[in-house]
Amino acid sequence: MTVAIDRATGSRRGDRAPRPGLGQRIRNGLQKYWYAYAMIAPVVIVLGVIVGYPLLRGFYLTLTDANSLNSARTIGVNHIAATYRFIGLDNYKDILFGPLSYDRFWSHFLWTVFWTVACVALHYTIGLGLALMLNEKLRGRTFYRVLLVLPWAVPTFVTVFSWRIMLADSGALNQILHALHLPQPQWLEDTFWQRFAAIMVNTWCGVPFMMLSLLGGLQSIDSTLYEAAEMDGASAWQRFRHVTLPGLRSVSSTVVLLGIIWTFNQFAIIFLLFGPTGAPDAQILVTWAYYLGFGQQPRDFAQSAAYGVLLLSVLTVFTSFYFRWLKRNDQLAV
Amino acid sequence: MSTTTLEKTQATPAPAARAPRRARRRGERGPLGAALLHGGLAVASLIALAPVAWLIFLSLGPEKDDYLHPGKILGKFTFSNYSFVLQHTAFFDWFKSTMIVAAGTTLIGVFVAATTGYAVSRMRFPGYKQLMWVLLLTQAFPIAILVVPMYEIFSELGLIDTYWALIVINCTTAVPYSAWLLKGYFDTIPFEIDEAGRVDGLSPFGTFFRLILPLARPGLAVAAFYNFITAVGEVAFATTFMLDDSKYTFAVGLQTFVSQHDAQWNYMAATAVLIAIPVSVFFYLVQKNLVTGLTAGGTKG
Repeated sequence: MTVAIDRATGSRRGDRAPRPGLGQRIRNGLQKYWYAYAMIAPVVIVLGVIVGYPLLRGFYLTLTDANSLNSARTIGVNHIAATYRFIGLDNYKDILFGPLSYDRFWSHFLWTVFWTVACVALHYTIGLGLALMLNEKLRGRTFYRVLLVLPWAVPTFVTVFSWRIMLADSGALNQILHALHLPQPQWLEDTFWQRFAAIMVNTWCGVPFMMLSLLGGLQSIDSTLYEAAEMDGASAWQRFRHVTLPGLRSVSSTVVLLGIIWTFNQFAIIFLLFGPTGAPDAQILVTWAYYLGFGQQPRDFAQSAAYGVLLLSVLTVFTSFYFRWLKRNDQLAV
Repeated sequence: MSTTTLEKTQATPAPAARAPRRARRRGERGPLGAALLHGGLAVASLIALAPVAWLIFLSLGPEKDDYLHPGKILGKFTFSNYSFVLQHTAFFDWFKSTMIVAAGTTLIGVFVAATTGYAVSRMRFPGYKQLMWVLLLTQAFPIAILVVPMYEIFSELGLIDTYWALIVINCTTAVPYSAWLLKGYFDTIPFEIDEAGRVDGLSPFGTFFRLILPLARPGLAVAAFYNFITAVGEVAFATTFMLDDSKYTFAVGLQTFVSQHDAQWNYMAATAVLIAIPVSVFFYLVQKNLVTGLTAGGTKG
């Protein structure tokens, strides 16, 4: 029995086994709902209070000109009330179409999209390659797996600092390149190389998750499918193309979506790799928005939150389309 | 249940009757294929290890500029960085904060995610689809929009600079994904077990606690690991909300070694190594379950 078969029983739960009479069924149903609601209550309440309310509040902030000079604050024992005004959609207008919109928003937006696509593509292909290798029968497989998951196990902020040391002007990487008589880029100063380094570090951090998820997916593919394919004379490539990839479809669609969302909002890597104020051109929208809200004086809360709303809308629209596309291709198991 | 299933598939793909067939295919790979496989995995492992190994190496050099000429470190190995960090910095304060936050997030997060995951795995109730959608969408909430209003709320509640603030926030990011993951895992546990429990007179809560939770241990381990590393690795909120340097978590504390003007890389490296130890221990404890747990969540999507 494999996971896939269990899943099939899971989705058939509507017509399970013999059932009791109608009255009993309704009573059971109510009882079931009651328990269901009791069980999801903590999450719903916490998400409602800690995410939902701030979200609305944040959205309201985007319609004002709030910054650290006019917000409510306490200095010593004096409490100063908020004095910011309601200014409607001006923040959005300014961000999207204002005179500085290209420098401040669109350039970061393009880079964020490129960053997301590049990182997720690299995560997925490298992760899949390693998962395929780990799925082969070979000596020391567990050992390799433990080593390969390490980047995920060590906290990101630790390894990012390690990368920062290695990428420094005369750090390890450049010393190696020097020894090989190759050019030594200014990893942390030059915009192109900053971006290159950011993608490299993020790829390094993100591959283990993909690899493990895909490895799990590979292991749940029924091995008789491969044998059948082999009997029919399918080549290795054909087996990969027509058995492995379809078998991985539902895992892939989930991890790719999560990967896109996580990478799009990846904060820690860029924030730590370049420091809070460094590398303005390598900042993606999230870190840039954080910089506007917390990294400069006066802190521009309204614009920062407006960036947040824009980011969230981009992701929501994207996720909806992605879901629809998955549903059309019948790849979604929700 | 799923553990055994998967291990069976990975250990022996086919019963004895098909063995010769497999053997022949294996033979086709030949020594070259095996060498390539080992080579590829070895190179990948090296790349995975290098930054961590480098950090350990640098932590043994006494000067803060040693990273510029690592060859010299070989001649003067010392643990002085470690003793400095342990004795003259707030390391233990940071350790305490991190552990409180991480343990709190893990315990509360896994429990809440488990009940939610169980509810969405076993029951179809009005609002089910919306809940799944919201769980997914919370992953997409950028900190930029949340950080300011959350800061306001928490400061009104007097929660700035407290561990609770970070625990709650970490839960909001970790729980949706854990719930999603655990739902997939619960789906792989046969429904007959629930039914048997109900027949024997257990309430749904009883079934959940006594039968399902023990069976779901691998899934719970993965969720715990995910919660733990999310909490330990959280940077943005910890940086913004923790003002008192005795309450810094490691993510904030480590940044104090690297300011604009002065970077004490040697101390930083030593601290980083010390941080990696408890996390690696935790990782080692759960790693056997990782593949199984992630699969269930992943295949279910």
